[in-house]
Amino acid sequence: MKHMTLLAGALALSTALTGGALAQTELSLWYHGAGNAVEREILVGIIDDFNSSQSDWKVVLEEFPQAAYNDSVVAAAVAGNLPDIIDVDGPVMPNWAWAGYMQPLQLSEGALDGFLPGAIGKYNDEVYSVGLWDAAIAMYARKSVLEKHDIRIPTLDQPWTKEEFDEILVKLKDSGEFDYALDLGMADQSEWYPYAFGPFLWSFGGDMVDRSSYTTAEGALNGDAALEFGDWWQSLFTRDLVPGTSQDMADRETGFIDGKYALQWNGNWFGIKTLEAVGDDLLFLPAPDFGNGPKIGAASWQFGVSATSDHPDGASAFIGFAIQDKYLAAFSDGIGLIPATAEAAAMTKSYAPGGPLEVFFGLSEAQAMLRPVTPGYVVEALEFRKALSDIANGADVADALDAATDAINADIARNNNYAPAN
Amino acid sequence: MAAVAPTNQRLKTSLRYLLLVLVGAVFIFPIIFMVVSSLKPDGQLLRDTASIRAFLPVGDISLDNYFAAFKRAPVGLFVFNSLLVTGITVIGSLFLCSMAAFAFAFLEFKGKEIVLSLIIATLIIPFETIAVPMLMVVNSLPSIGPDGLTWGWLNSYQVQIVPFLADALTIFLFVQYFRDLPKELIEAARLDGARWFQVYSLVIVPISGPVFATAAILKFLAMYNQYLWPLMVTQSEQFRPVMVGLQYFFQLNTAWGEVMAYLSLITLPVLAFYLFLQRAFIASIASTGIKG
Amino acid sequence: MSNKQKSLQSHPLAGWLMTAPALILIVLFLVGPFILAFGFSFTNQRLISPNPTQFVGLSNFEQLLGVGVLTLDPERDDAGQVVLDAEGQPSYPRLRDYTRNNPDYPQYDGMREWFSFSTGDARTYVLARDTVFMKALTNTLLFVIIVAPVQSGLALLLALMINQKLRGINVFRTIYFMPVVVSIVVVSLLWRFIYDGRNGLLNNLLEFLTFGHFQPIDWLGNPDTALFAIIGMSIWQAVGFHMVIWLSGLQTIPLTLYEAADIEGATPWQKFRFVTWPGLRNTAVLILVVITMQAFALFSQIDVMTNGGPLDSTQTLVFQAVVRGYEQQNIAGGSAISVILFLLVLSISLIQRYLTRERT
Repeated sequence: MKHMTLLAGALALSTALTGGALAQTELSLWYHGAGNAVEREILVGIIDDFNSSQSDWKVVLEEFPQAAYNDSVVAAAVAGNLPDIIDVDGPVMPNWAWAGYMQPLQLSEGALDGFLPGAIGKYNDEVYSVGLWDAAIAMYARKSVLEKHDIRIPTLDQPWTKEEFDEILVKLKDSGEFDYALDLGMADQSEWYPYAFGPFLWSFGGDMVDRSSYTTAEGALNGDAALEFGDWWQSLFTRDLVPGTSQDMADRETGFIDGKYALQWNGNWFGIKTLEAVGDDLLFLPAPDFGNGPKIGAASWQFGVSATSDHPDGASAFIGFAIQDKYLAAFSDGIGLIPATAEAAAMTKSYAPGGPLEVFFGLSEAQAMLRPVTPGYVVEALEFRKALSDIANGADVADALDAATDAINADIARNNNYAPAN
Repeated sequence: MAAVAPTNQRLKTSLRYLLLVLVGAVFIFPIIFMVVSSLKPDGQLLRDTASIRAFLPVGDISLDNYFAAFKRAPVGLFVFNSLLVTGITVIGSLFLCSMAAFAFAFLEFKGKEIVLSLIIATLIIPFETIAVPMLMVVNSLPSIGPDGLTWGWLNSYQVQIVPFLADALTIFLFVQYFRDLPKELIEAARLDGARWFQVYSLVIVPISGPVFATAAILKFLAMYNQYLWPLMVTQSEQFRPVMVGLQYFFQLNTAWGEVMAYLSLITLPVLAFYLFLQRAFIASIASTGIKG
Repeated sequence: MSNKQKSLQSHPLAGWLMTAPALILIVLFLVGPFILAFGFSFTNQRLISPNPTQFVGLSNFEQLLGVGVLTLDPERDDAGQVVLDAEGQPSYPRLRDYTRNNPDYPQYDGMREWFSFSTGDARTYVLARDTVFMKALTNTLLFVIIVAPVQSGLALLLALMINQKLRGINVFRTIYFMPVVVSIVVVSLLWRFIYDGRNGLLNNLLEFLTFGHFQPIDWLGNPDTALFAIIGMSIWQAVGFHMVIWLSGLQTIPLTLYEAADIEGATPWQKFRFVTWPGLRNTAVLILVVITMQAFALFSQIDVMTNGGPLDSTQTLVFQAVVRGYEQQNIAGGSAISVILFLLVLSISLIQRYLTRERT
């Protein structure tokens, strides 16, 4: 029997029963897509292609449901039971890398040329993970509604300014045609807040942490720019322009389509579904510019190699194999996300020139910015979410941002400034 | 007089039923909502939640969600895993906990009070707060398998069963029940020369139907609804229970109809088990009557 | 004769043998992990981290429990008049000037307002180092104080109702138990739309009952009502659980006692007071203990429905222990909350035990 960790024994045994080729060394792969048949089919296709393309490695897939994935991996890490290849949400990667659960990829020179920056997971000047796709957010709108209310259609070169955007929201609200002018998706209490609303803060000039040192949030999250952002954010709710944190999930999914909301801040993964319901009238608009350019979040799920893998070369070989344009295109066609390269985009139905979602590729290229690349991001994201919820619910803006700042700083201090372990 | 009484009686009975039905309405609506929703396509399901239509099987009704649910996830495997884990745990814990409770209720031995207090004190510890240390414990337990002696219990059925075989609530439930039983029963059996285990198994267990039924249903629910623990200790699909399986249905575009179909399906075994135990309740009423 | 005496004497071997299996399991899987957690609470242990674990003494507890009191005089203008804000209330200097980087008040550094009250013109602020924890603590206590009596009382009422000898009573026994059986996911989804601030069922019902005079409330979105909304839903969901325990207690009461009471012409209330209630003594102790403990463990509803919000109005101790220990990977901080919770509930249950002790 080949060398393998004791803990991988059970996995290996179950696959040995299915009669794998004994000459190949097994590599376990964990993926967050359980329950999604399309994703599974594509991924299994890539794995089969890889396994038959060479005789050294045999990748074995274990799928987890997305909502439980991070908890599962952290528990497995605590128990010292990680697979060879893991998939990781982009902004979480530095945390796992710092904690010693991931190791840098061994990709050939130039393998990532032409990749959207958001699809490359870099930490400490090393590439730890790479994504086959990126995601993007846009302002969903109806052309007919904008025209009726005499609202300018913004472009990437000339996005809505803060004042303009504010007037638009008030105008739409005052028209009386809608329950709310804009739906932000406040019901979604997961990673959505930092991913979707962090960019507003960035555009105001603030941030979740001072990116020059990554050792304090003071001044970034509670400085003047952040306070200005907080006041604006709170005013959205006090003026009843957007639904609050108690919005129900049903309204998030159907409110814009049903015409209850005039605008919706939503991800490209809702694009196809909304297009089917709304048709040609639908517009995907860039983010408003609050002073420092329009911004949206970058980075989605990516593949990396676990630190405990005995075969990092094999794991990297698989990842290098999986990032071929044809697979990028297949994933994009399957689940609607933005392929990581322009060449792959050209091969897809939705993102090819003239395709219905093509605009997202441009939005991503022009506006995308990474969430803070630091192990502390995990706590920064949670505190950011709490501060935004509290401000939306009427908390004092300065106090809420101070509280988040202090909590983030305390976490950074508890972890020795998240200095890389040597 | 003979003519008035029956009418009066009938009125009283009707009022009783009316009250029962009114209270029942308060409790039954989630089930109706769940089952009715499982028959609707997503769009309609969500729109209907704003009105009374949420409780009515109207509109586009079909079993499509059920077929889709089976396609999305190995529903049968999840239900099997849950029933296996739950079944073994329920049977094991009824035995271990009732036996321990018997000793606490009827036997005198040194240190009993302290031990019982210790056990009851563990009731205070919410599982969520010790999940991580518990993971560390099971991860360092020895296990003998096809690879010989290995360490760690992850990815198995036993890791979902053994830690829950004894719990304070079940022991406490039995102790409190046993304390109400007449001591004379025990003494009579001991006079006949029965050993303690025989007194427990032949005298006490047969007359304790209601508490066994109660303990069984409570334990069944606790085990069947396990989520955090199996999530932490099972990494392979092969061992996943129903509540972890539920997460398969929460995608970026959640298919609510399928969620409802899946939940309706996994609720069936619990209801069946409860109905089955109700017979035990009834049977035991008869026996308590005789006993008294 | 000697045999009878023997049965009342000590039986250590049989006693230990019969309790040992359960005891060993509880020590291994409950006591052991709790002792580990207890140990973590005195360190800076992280869930995952490359840094070595260090002993930090009581600092986790000081961080959670630190409080301070600060009294501020209202701002006055040059003429010495109290400055009034837009609502006609005296205005005070901003707290953050005292609690953030103020070298004159190092003892308040990093603290935040927990609550405040006025004494004459001055305003007294009670500050806490960790206001979220303090709110979690008070919310949890409030939850327990309301839920324990209300839920056990309602459960007993329901148990009495379904313990009647009526045709078809089994149907009701099943129906009343339904909410316990249904997954919390269904329950929360459903109650979210019952509590919906615009066209929720509850608002519609109240509007109907008051002929339109009722102003719709966003039950889960309003800090004043959110905890009560959770309390209502929790009682509704769990009352069937305790109803079943009461029911099993009711069924230990010999029918002959009721027959005897009938012969003596007892009223239903007399039957309850002198037959049923005395027969439920041990069950009552059990229910009280179990409900109290379960109420202290409030977690799932919060996790699924409110995430502790709005404005921390539904934070609870266990929810915070999980958020910190797991989500924030600060297992030491989470463990410290668990330890505080344990000590708190232990002292309450000792008091409960003292109050419900058998008076001989």
